Amino acid sequence: MSRVNSITSRRKGSLAERAAGACLAVSIVGTVGLGATYWLGGQPQLEGGFLFLALAGIGVGVVTWGKYLVPQGPYVQDRPEMKSPEPEVAAMNASLERGISQISRRRFLLRLLGGSVGVFAVVNLFPFLRSLGPLPQKSLFVTNWKKGSKLVTASGRIVTVSDLEVGGVLTVFPQGFESAPSNAIDQVVLVRAASYDLVTRPGRETWGPQGYLAFSKVCTHAGCPVGLYQELTQQLLCPCHQSLFDVLTGATPVFGPAPRPLPQLPLYVDAEGALRSQSGFDEPIGPGFWERGA
Amino acid sequence: MSSLEERAVQAAGFADERLGVAKFTRKSLNKIFPDHWSFMLGEIALYSFVVLIFTGIFLTFFFVPSTQQVIYHGSYAPLRGQRMSEAYASTLNISFNVRAGLVMRQIHHWAADVFIAAIVVHLLRIFFTGAFRRPRELNWMIGTLLLILAIVNGFIGYSLPDDLISGTGIRIAFSILLSIPVVGSYLAFFIFGSNFPGTSIIPRFYILHVLILPAIIAALIGAHLAIMWHQKHTQYPGPGRTERNVVGIPFWPAYALQAGGFFFITAAVLAALGGLVQINPIWLYGPYVPYKVSYAVQPDWYMGWLDGALRLMPSWETVFGPTIGGHMIPNVFFPAVLLPGITFGLIFAWPWIERAFTRDRSEHNLCDRPRERPIRTSVGVGVVVFYVVLFLASATDVLANTFETSLNLVLWTLRILLFVLPILSGFVTYLLVKEIEHLPAVGTPKAGVEIRRTIEGNFELSGLGREAAGEKAAELPEEVAYHQRTTNGHAEIYDAPELGLGERAVPVEGGLS
Repeated sequence: MSRVNSITSRRKGSLAERAAGACLAVSIVGTVGLGATYWLGGQPQLEGGFLFLALAGIGVGVVTWGKYLVPQGPYVQDRPEMKSPEPEVAAMNASLERGISQISRRRFLLRLLGGSVGVFAVVNLFPFLRSLGPLPQKSLFVTNWKKGSKLVTASGRIVTVSDLEVGGVLTVFPQGFESAPSNAIDQVVLVRAASYDLVTRPGRETWGPQGYLAFSKVCTHAGCPVGLYQELTQQLLCPCHQSLFDVLTGATPVFGPAPRPLPQLPLYVDAEGALRSQSGFDEPIGPGFWERGA
Repeated sequence: MSSLEERAVQAAGFADERLGVAKFTRKSLNKIFPDHWSFMLGEIALYSFVVLIFTGIFLTFFFVPSTQQVIYHGSYAPLRGQRMSEAYASTLNISFNVRAGLVMRQIHHWAADVFIAAIVVHLLRIFFTGAFRRPRELNWMIGTLLLILAIVNGFIGYSLPDDLISGTGIRIAFSILLSIPVVGSYLAFFIFGSNFPGTSIIPRFYILHVLILPAIIAALIGAHLAIMWHQKHTQYPGPGRTERNVVGIPFWPAYALQAGGFFFITAAVLAALGGLVQINPIWLYGPYVPYKVSYAVQPDWYMGWLDGALRLMPSWETVFGPTIGGHMIPNVFFPAVLLPGITFGLIFAWPWIERAFTRDRSEHNLCDRPRERPIRTSVGVGVVVFYVVLFLASATDVLANTFETSLNLVLWTLRILLFVLPILSGFVTYLLVKEIEHLPAVGTPKAGVEIRRTIEGNFELSGLGREAAGEKAAELPEEVAYHQRTTNGHAEIYDAPELGLGERAVPVEGGLS
């Protein structure tokens, strides 16, 4: 019986040996293919495929070797408890306590050490934090939109009252800042609604000349550009988290997580027909922050 | 003795004469590893990390971490003449001009996704089998820390190319930092070096991504493995397996060959994915322009639960009245700061939370079967379902399009499911577990019988229990047996003065001169 077993296991062994050998040979073929592909200029799919063969050949071959051609046991090994025996713990505690008592005798020195390290840490924390960036101060409350800022496109072209058809939409910036990094903050979406001199909300009677409405394009939720204008429903959609803003009522959020309307920029048309801002925004743009208040 | 053995012994002797490593090396080589497929999950994570290091080193030779604006003149025609950051231009260069660059970039990205997936599944295995219990709480916490760092470094990594989608992700990250009460705006400005977008974030992310975070992750992986090695691996219950032993294959050579081979298999699968399955085709997204945005903006999979939470959160915002300073806790704080805080806090604390209920302080080296712990298992299933719903919520727009229904319906369905489904699935799990709790364990065959026809024509019965089937622990090789004799418990060693372990530090009389 046992002889039969040993014969079958030997047969299994030789099969495994042949399989492992074949795998390792495949790996060599794969690596040669990889080298050739690379030499000829490279091709991502072929590179990935040959790399797969090269690595998988070694992998499967070696695992086969480790699983079928060396003793597997199972073997048993003892596992002592992690906790050390009592005398060892007692010896550790004694050493620990001896050292601590030797130090803690010098109460005053100990306190002074605590103080010096503490002061050092606090003072040296400053360069690590404060040097990293400026204080926010008022920068989250303001934009580059000023009284009389001309509306320009990303390429700097001045936007005039004849530029948009009804239902049209354009991203605009305050003139002079269109290609500055701050255009991430200043970006405004300009929409032309069907109604003439549209009042979006009480107190905004003059803000939308000839149906031109301008809103901060920075979503009040997480700051993404409110990039999609749905002409049919006259709603602005933020594609990041699906907040919807109703343009006709002053970009109030009607769906999704956005908590506040997009701030509206008051506009007027100057003598040359160019669109300008009456003033900056009357509230901070974009997502909320601690100092913002209501 | 063949020459290979001679050379190995010579090398070991060289090392031992200088480092005294004979005992440690012998113990390590003779170490017994329990074997089970579920123990390979952590290995997949480890090997993916190794692949990340190798492919990452390759990528650093070509990537330029700069937001300096350049005009693209490279070989990808559709973007020629466009303004873009050097970061984006160099990523295009890696993808189209560096030989084997694209395959390396895609393997790197796939390896990151698999790395985090393997960590998550590994964590679930540890959770459901109770392998986090004493003495393994520390490794549980190190593992949780590794998960957090892996997610953070993954996010930072896919932000580096400065394409339109990842740039939008960085913008959201700025808003999330901004939302932290009291210190948020300072934190955001310090990390970004200015108001959004600034020019510092890509170089800062770069050094975090290629040096600081990988170094911390590597160190923690080292600690994780060293502790596992020292404590010895858990094992599932079975014949001959107890709390006080390890049954399995020897490290040398069986386990070493199998684990080493498995590294190559993991790397092979990642290579196949990287070569054959496109991931993050940044040239299709275009360079990041702060006022542009792409439709169907989705982060990598491991950020999905956070993105979903951001979408499901109602449009609430907490404002304190002017009487107490006029402060705001923004909407995103709750889903993007508080939720992960609670999530990882609970994971960290779980060993102690469970202990508070079970009052079980004893050491455990045998894993639970999930069915043996109905409450833990059903709580775990409920929590997993909660995060799966959040993950699905990161695709509300895609779901609405796919099922041709309104976004509103999808949103409200998911909001309700987020709370109903975990409770329901936890409850169903509890009932199922209770049902099978006392069934015989899977994989323990009932003692069978073998019926044999004898030469005389009679029938003969013989037992076919596990013992008869030859499953008894094999004879130990002599060196393993020696290892056992010398390490059976600490007490023996403590009492053996010749080993020098019983010495105590005694102050030298009169001090050292």
